[in-house]
Amino acid sequence: MSILLSKDTTFIVQGITGREAVNLTRECLDYGSKIVGGVTPGRKGREVHGVPVFDTVAQAVEHHGGPIDGSVVTVPPAFTKDAVFEAILNGIKLVVVVTERIPRGDVAQMVELADREGARIIGPNCLGLIVPEVCKMGGIGGPAKDAAKAYAPGPVGVMSRSGGMTTEISSSLTQAGLGVSTAVSIGGDAIIGSTYAELMPFFEADEQTKAIVIYTEPGGRMEAQLAEWVKENDSRLPIVAFMAGKFMDDEEMKGMSFGHAGTIVEGAEDTATQKIARLEAAGIRVVERIDEIPTLVKEKLGVLA
Amino acid sequence: MRFFEFEARKIVELAGIPVTKYGFCTTPEEARAAAEEIGGPVVIKSQVLTGGRMKAGGVKFADTPEEAAEHAEAILKLEIAGHMPRGVLVDPKAEVKQEYYASVVWDGTAKRPLMLFSDMGGIDIEEVAEKHPDHVGRGHVSNLFPIPDFEAKQTIAATGVTGSALNRATPILAKVARLFREYDMTLAEINPLAELTDGRFVALDAHMEMENEAVGRQKKLLRTELNIAEDDDREPYEHSAFEEAVAAIDAADHRGVIQGKDHGFTGNLGLVIGAGGGSLTLTDAVRNQGGKPANYSEIGGNPSVAKACGLAKEVLEKDGVEKIAVMMSIVSNTRVDIVARGVIKACLELGKDPGETIAIFRIPGAWEDEGFKILERYGVEYCDRSVSMWEAAGRAVAKIQGEGAAA
Repeated sequence: MSILLSKDTTFIVQGITGREAVNLTRECLDYGSKIVGGVTPGRKGREVHGVPVFDTVAQAVEHHGGPIDGSVVTVPPAFTKDAVFEAILNGIKLVVVVTERIPRGDVAQMVELADREGARIIGPNCLGLIVPEVCKMGGIGGPAKDAAKAYAPGPVGVMSRSGGMTTEISSSLTQAGLGVSTAVSIGGDAIIGSTYAELMPFFEADEQTKAIVIYTEPGGRMEAQLAEWVKENDSRLPIVAFMAGKFMDDEEMKGMSFGHAGTIVEGAEDTATQKIARLEAAGIRVVERIDEIPTLVKEKLGVLA
Repeated sequence: MRFFEFEARKIVELAGIPVTKYGFCTTPEEARAAAEEIGGPVVIKSQVLTGGRMKAGGVKFADTPEEAAEHAEAILKLEIAGHMPRGVLVDPKAEVKQEYYASVVWDGTAKRPLMLFSDMGGIDIEEVAEKHPDHVGRGHVSNLFPIPDFEAKQTIAATGVTGSALNRATPILAKVARLFREYDMTLAEINPLAELTDGRFVALDAHMEMENEAVGRQKKLLRTELNIAEDDDREPYEHSAFEEAVAAIDAADHRGVIQGKDHGFTGNLGLVIGAGGGSLTLTDAVRNQGGKPANYSEIGGNPSVAKACGLAKEVLEKDGVEKIAVMMSIVSNTRVDIVARGVIKACLELGKDPGETIAIFRIPGAWEDEGFKILERYGVEYCDRSVSMWEAAGRAVAKIQGEGAAA
């Protein structure tokens, strides 16, 4: 089992003729994902690695002959909101937004529309999600052979604000013989479609998932929201967290943003130290060293067995 | 992007929120004229992007235009917390009956703008929220639909405000919410929002911040309405020579992205690292094992050899840098061999031995076999994904400290 994706998941790529989108399409097809179309306005009739290109999402849906499950959106920031609206209002329920540097107001509009229409957004500023040996939606893990090296099937759900660290952590879980149920690069912006707490119910309902690993950063209240969720819901899943960017707590780093747009510390509550304290108060173990993650997950799983 | 008070005042005015007559002045003569125009006692306020100007002597009261000119002259020369003022704002000394607070911020959890209103204005809202929670009203607004006045009314009424004050404040708070959305603000705050003795409501002081990502589409406001120059950089600190050099190398070539920061870093171990999350993780790993980073950097995407070389050279040429550590989380887009060639080239061009200068090379992923072959040829210590980011950072620290101990 897995969350959000299965071997039958169909999706399109919006902005499919862009350089990075062409690579992403190749990688996903090689991994076994079902890409049923692509959209680039004005490019109808072309093909990208055998995938037909359309001018509109509606054309792609018509060509497919039924509802399409998802879309990977990789268009420039100024056009992203419109592309996401187009996907959602054509019945697509899972939208992965790869684009970065989208103003928060646009992201908030996409999320509000998604909520009204019963759709889910992953990202923006993310690499997508992967179910090892089943489906990959987005650039996550890179080319199929590299993704295969880093991602083996297993019991651990991974959620990360950093796309690269999703693969780094999953790879360490794979090397340790544990493996991954589903890994989600949730995005590095201040407002994102799906936070840790909003994805937890999916992992909770997934029989394959036995533990969760999250990668977190300073900035925002996403970790506080997760801590509250854990306290309110009697979750069966042990959570191991890693917090990067502790150096940003230094006085001279105040008001600066490192790594991702969302890391800027705007209030006393979003420093690394405060977040670690809040997570630990909710019973979530925060490891000091990145290489302690697999050991601790094993320990937690052993305790459960 | 942060705005000066005089700019925030203009934004408030553009949104149709009443303000008192005011003047932005850059000379004592202008201040005198502004005071004459206003008539009566005035207040002269330094225009700096930093707090604490009252304590520093950046705010002064004047009864006559002559006095206003004198104060303006002093304030224009006064540096506050390292900032020279852009000018002074001349305001009438308002006859205030009561001060209120009105603002809109992002609520990242609800993913909506949040209106905040208080009948205890003029002071820090966080303090009010903590000590007098019943005096703070809160209300979310939609991102998709027009913002109705009644939502502002509900937010204000929650603090117990009623009567004509409620009716006068309602359109003002609604307008703050609308300008917040229209101008892509991350903060739009009026504090204090004053009820004058004659019953009028005016914005006496405003604080605005715009999201950097939106600056490109807000040109009409920024360039036409506010006359802010394209190169008017509002960063919280001045960019160092290192930061500017790295930015120039990045701008010269569209392939890949490199960034460098050294504000607050003074160590001897240069960091050529990436990507976003990897850099945060590695900087902590170096520091937590006793290492002293000379800088922070990020390699992203697929940069050219020249770009990787340029970043490494800038890091190596920083004062006090003895060695560099080249490390990233597992890469799929960035090519290991290209970064390897770039950093080796940087060492050679500076007349340094790559094997001595590069303390560790830990970038696993795309094209790693090709990359490792090159590193081997130059005697550079490298490792793949079987060595964790923590351990790689530890090896770099041990090397540079070992050298220090031997010397």
